[in-house]
Amino acid sequence: MAALKPLLAKPWIWSFLGALLVWLATIAFTGGYGAGGMVTAALSLAVFTVIVGVGQMFVITLGPGNVDLSLPANIGLASAVAMKVMDGNDAMIVVGLLAALATGAAIGAANYLLIWALRIPPIIATLSASFIIQSIDISYGRGLQIKPPPGFADFANWQVLGIPVLAILTVLFTVGAAIALQRMIYGRSVLAIGQNIRAAWLAGVNVGLIRFLTYTLSGALGGIDGALLAGYFRGANVDIGNEYLLASIAVVVIGGTSVAGGKANVPGVWGAALFLVLLLTMLNTFGVSAGVRLLLTGLIIVGVITAAGGQKALR
Amino acid sequence: MRPEMTAASLDTTARSSAERGALARARLLRGLLPALSLALVLLAIAWLNPRAISYFGFSLMLNLAIPIALATIAQMFVIAGNELDLSIGTFVGFVGCVTATWLKDAPLIGVAILLGSIGVYALLGALIHLRNLPSIVVTLGMSFVWQGLAILVLPKPGGKAPDWLLAFMAFKPPFVPFPIIAALLIGLIVHFGLMRTSYGVILRGSGGNPAALGRAGWSLLKTKIVLFALAGLFGVLSGMALIGITTSADANIGNGYTLLAIAGVILGGGEFVGGRVSPIGAVIGALTLALAASPLLTFMHIPPDWQVAANGAILIIVLAARVLISRRER
Repeated sequence: MAALKPLLAKPWIWSFLGALLVWLATIAFTGGYGAGGMVTAALSLAVFTVIVGVGQMFVITLGPGNVDLSLPANIGLASAVAMKVMDGNDAMIVVGLLAALATGAAIGAANYLLIWALRIPPIIATLSASFIIQSIDISYGRGLQIKPPPGFADFANWQVLGIPVLAILTVLFTVGAAIALQRMIYGRSVLAIGQNIRAAWLAGVNVGLIRFLTYTLSGALGGIDGALLAGYFRGANVDIGNEYLLASIAVVVIGGTSVAGGKANVPGVWGAALFLVLLLTMLNTFGVSAGVRLLLTGLIIVGVITAAGGQKALR
Repeated sequence: MRPEMTAASLDTTARSSAERGALARARLLRGLLPALSLALVLLAIAWLNPRAISYFGFSLMLNLAIPIALATIAQMFVIAGNELDLSIGTFVGFVGCVTATWLKDAPLIGVAILLGSIGVYALLGALIHLRNLPSIVVTLGMSFVWQGLAILVLPKPGGKAPDWLLAFMAFKPPFVPFPIIAALLIGLIVHFGLMRTSYGVILRGSGGNPAALGRAGWSLLKTKIVLFALAGLFGVLSGMALIGITTSADANIGNGYTLLAIAGVILGGGEFVGGRVSPIGAVIGALTLALAASPLLTFMHIPPDWQVAANGAILIIVLAARVLISRRER
């Protein structure tokens, strides 16, 4: 028990415990059937939430009021751009991924430009940007059911010994993000700004540059996510990113990152993403209707945040 | 428009009268900005299609302005208390589904459900205050709850609005189209309640300076509950008005209202923090969005794909204008 104590003090442990609990409840219901397949499916789907979740985490860590509401529109547009550039051609996969990355990064940079030039709260800036991006996407991807190149679709669905390769790559990416957050000047600056923006500025942190980089990073991750989603689901569409607004914010909060900023947690993003995906799997396994599933998802998110509670408001 | 006067009056006393004059002009301009944007959109419509500026034209163009204005007022109450409601859109959809089913078939149960949902809003306000929760996350979760409930109430698009509601929304007063009268009434009633009564001042104060208000002995728990209950009330009115116009419901009918409502409040001169909101401005903001989103674009022969972008562009232009004016205020 004594060895468990420091582990239990970690804020991210609860999201993993929640995921484990939900998983156990589901296999208890199915009598052990499909336990492994469920983990595989959960890992493949969690990847997409983790990627945008990490971007959103850096943004939220910048402090009260910072949140990226343009992610769903961004994912939608980037998925269309990636599929159009790849044009079903295996040779263009890398170019398509880079195009999606560039689209996302440009959206993130535009978000910060609005925040900086109009001095408006990030919520309004990213909201207005998302209106415009949404229209561009509708107009750009109109009537197109663009399929990914076979090689890219296979890559996005590739598994080794039941473990999705994309999940392994994403684990490596999150390890990198954790190092960037805790051990690099960039990450420490983000944390410093979130704790006290004025103090960070007085201490010589280039506040403007760091915020610009963070919004661009969040945008770029949204872009990559869009391309990967289109590969995984074998096609891009306007609504492909819709669920990632709630999901990206929820995994950050459930994962133990402070909504007041200045305190971030990378492993928790993984735990929370697995928790959310497994929760949906469980509700599907129990055979509940779409209405009940939405209702329970919402109630559980409100319940988790209420239990975690006691933090300063996001705005 | 009012609160900045009290807040700024302290530091203006030290300035010279010339500076004060420039400051007053900038502030006036800023206060007039929502009305100016609306006038500009109206002028553009009149220029593109003069026939639209008629009784019939306005009734048609402003058709959906009433529910948008009501949802915007709901959001305004939440923003007045320094919170944000990301669930108002799905809540409007849920109310719409209840209106098209229970309220028609079993009015008593329907009324009980709607009153209960206002109660849920009040409880959320209490929860957010007591547990110090971020309203964005709580209401984002609630948006799923309302959507789920809406699907349970009305699994497939359909239902029918109660006859009395249809008759009310189809009301055709002489000379002035109904949407304009309704918008004026909504704006004036809320303006009186929030800007002119003493408890209205307390409500706005709870967003302006909660610590001071708390020390002065006012219950911040109560103000938050009242603000959220008012948001719930206007959300219910918005959903009912919407169904009175569309005659039948769909679980996703209100989804776009969350973002429209936030945009409306900001367009109307509201600020995100500090309890600076304006009910009349919010209604004007909602009208501007309702007009700019579809009629203006149709007259300009711009495809409907760009409707949402028009909302975003208007928001950015108005905010940019506000920044320019605020520079002069300094």
